[in-house]
Amino acid sequence: MSAEPLVEVRDLVKHFPLTSGVVFRKEVGTVHAVDGVSFDIAEGETFGLVGESGCGKSTLARLMTRLHEPTSGTVRFAGRDISELGPKELKPLRRDAQMIFQDPYSSLNPRKTVGSIIAEPFAIHGLKTGAGERKRAVQDLMQQVGLNPEHYNRFPHEFSGGQRQRIGVARAIALKPRLIVADEPVSALDVSIQAQILNLLKDLQRELGLTIVFIAHDLSVVRYMCDRIAVMYLGQIVELADSEALYGHPRHPYTGALMSAVPVPDPARTLRRKARVLRGDVPSPTHPPQACRFHTRCPKCQDVCTLETPLLEPKNGGNVAACHFPLTESEVAERSPRGAGAIPETG
Amino acid sequence: MTEPLLSVRDLRVHFHTDDGVVKAVDGVSYDVMPGGALGVVGESGSGKSVASLTLMGLTRFENAEISGQVLFEGRDLLQASNEELRRVRGNGIAMIFQDPLSSLHPFYKVGAQLVEAIRAHGDVTKRAARVRATELLALVDIPDPARRIDAYPHEFSGGMRQRVMIAMALANDPRLLIADEPTTALDVTVQAQILALIRRLQDELDTAVVIITHDLGVIAETVDDVAVMYAGRIVERAAVKQIFAAPEHPYTWGLLRSIPRLDLPRDASLVPIPGRPPSLINLPGGCAFHPRCPYVRDRHRQVEPPLDPVPDDPHHRVACLLEPQTRRKLWSELR
Repeated sequence: MSAEPLVEVRDLVKHFPLTSGVVFRKEVGTVHAVDGVSFDIAEGETFGLVGESGCGKSTLARLMTRLHEPTSGTVRFAGRDISELGPKELKPLRRDAQMIFQDPYSSLNPRKTVGSIIAEPFAIHGLKTGAGERKRAVQDLMQQVGLNPEHYNRFPHEFSGGQRQRIGVARAIALKPRLIVADEPVSALDVSIQAQILNLLKDLQRELGLTIVFIAHDLSVVRYMCDRIAVMYLGQIVELADSEALYGHPRHPYTGALMSAVPVPDPARTLRRKARVLRGDVPSPTHPPQACRFHTRCPKCQDVCTLETPLLEPKNGGNVAACHFPLTESEVAERSPRGAGAIPETG
Repeated sequence: MTEPLLSVRDLRVHFHTDDGVVKAVDGVSYDVMPGGALGVVGESGSGKSVASLTLMGLTRFENAEISGQVLFEGRDLLQASNEELRRVRGNGIAMIFQDPLSSLHPFYKVGAQLVEAIRAHGDVTKRAARVRATELLALVDIPDPARRIDAYPHEFSGGMRQRVMIAMALANDPRLLIADEPTTALDVTVQAQILALIRRLQDELDTAVVIITHDLGVIAETVDDVAVMYAGRIVERAAVKQIFAAPEHPYTWGLLRSIPRLDLPRDASLVPIPGRPPSLINLPGGCAFHPRCPYVRDRHRQVEPPLDPVPDDPHHRVACLLEPQTRRKLWSELR
């Protein structure tokens, strides 16, 4: 790889203290939200983070935009370690890295007009200072994300969920950022509206050459959007691969379990596929299991999994996975949502 | 032929508000057979939840105007008194909701809440009810039920809380279980567990199930029959296989084409449905879907389409004014 990655994450750790007591606060535990995560994101790619609730994907997003300070480890953005930036140096980062949030209802100020919400980045950074100039810029943005520019003076409550998410997108692209971190941008939207927003993000990425970090719990949405995907479990990356490789031949049993759990809208295939239902729930991130964190739920667990932490290393097919016993081809077939696993039951 | 367990006829639920009349449900009819499984799909505002809440008498507000018939085991629930309805709820029809945390009382132990549900409908001693509660927790696969019965809801994970809700719903052997978005708040691996549990219970206990969801995948994996709702009406009804193999309504096509799918190639592009669902106060005239329909003709703006059977499949009904041949041709080009 010759080109320098836009984002470099190294051994990133974020622990939140759990405190008890009102006057004498004492630390009674630690939430291991993100626990030693490393990856690179190339300029112009869409990088996906998938996992269930509590896996640390949102914390990771906030660390990458420095809305949280890391406990240890580094995040480099365009070559600079962002945790060392002072308040003044932080401003260009704020301009270059923007976020889109899940809830288009609570992430827009209800007392401000849409025009002033989208203009806010300009106000903060002292850009487009002429009144006419700023209004024109905002209306161009509204046009670009598929909103009617005449609705400039309306309030958020006058818009539907999908339109509000478009407002959030317009605000995020106002300063022509290099990186957009989208945290579950479509999970609060209706099915027929989700595709509108996904396609909008795809189009904008192509037009503006954006790098996108796309966070979601929905595997089919992530697959549609992303070039490369990291699967997270309890604060760690368990598998990292190109989209095709990850969905074509998952190596980590957790990735396989996630895929086989997705309900497939095709009753004929549902019958052929053997449902592999994972036992139990995600353990608490205050006390993650020793060694391999997935061992308490893993169908392939052996003694070694409870003793030795598996390293994140290349496996058969090019996927990088942290597992002592990666899935074999026939196990992959059983879990495939394509229903290719029409393997006859034995015995 | 067996009698349907539940028979809904021309159900209308209109709410009078300051802004106008909200036609949440506007002429819905369907049957559920004993032990059958019906899926109701729709987006927010399609009336799918209000229709089910009305069956249970949970929309009897001052501003609500309810008409039609809801025949459950031959009795019209819309005419039943509140006291009669109270006996049907839990005993005849039970319901589980999307958010299991807000459906459980945070101050009471899980066991106490189950015992209360059991004793609300049957003359049983506390001790017997507690034994039954433990059995129910075991039935829904709560590990170590004898100990967990004394836990508080906050000590349970989201999936376990939904299991408790299911246990509570099953406490009095209802003939019909209505599940309103039962897995929407859950993680995908836990969702798979809950769906498997609902399927298993349906087999073992022969309970009829109505599952209300926006997720076509959930529908495909759990039910026999599907009703697609849009703007307070059923626009298509068919066996689950037919809905996916030979959908007839342009809205159903839109739904199927707008979801990314793991079982299709990755570069299959998504085709969103343009626009957004209409306001229920000011429904478009004619076919309510016409402002978003790519195949709209002038007539569709005036004439309300009836839910008619399609040629050569009397079980499959669709409310669309396009000619059947035209529809088949269009779908064969789209798929």
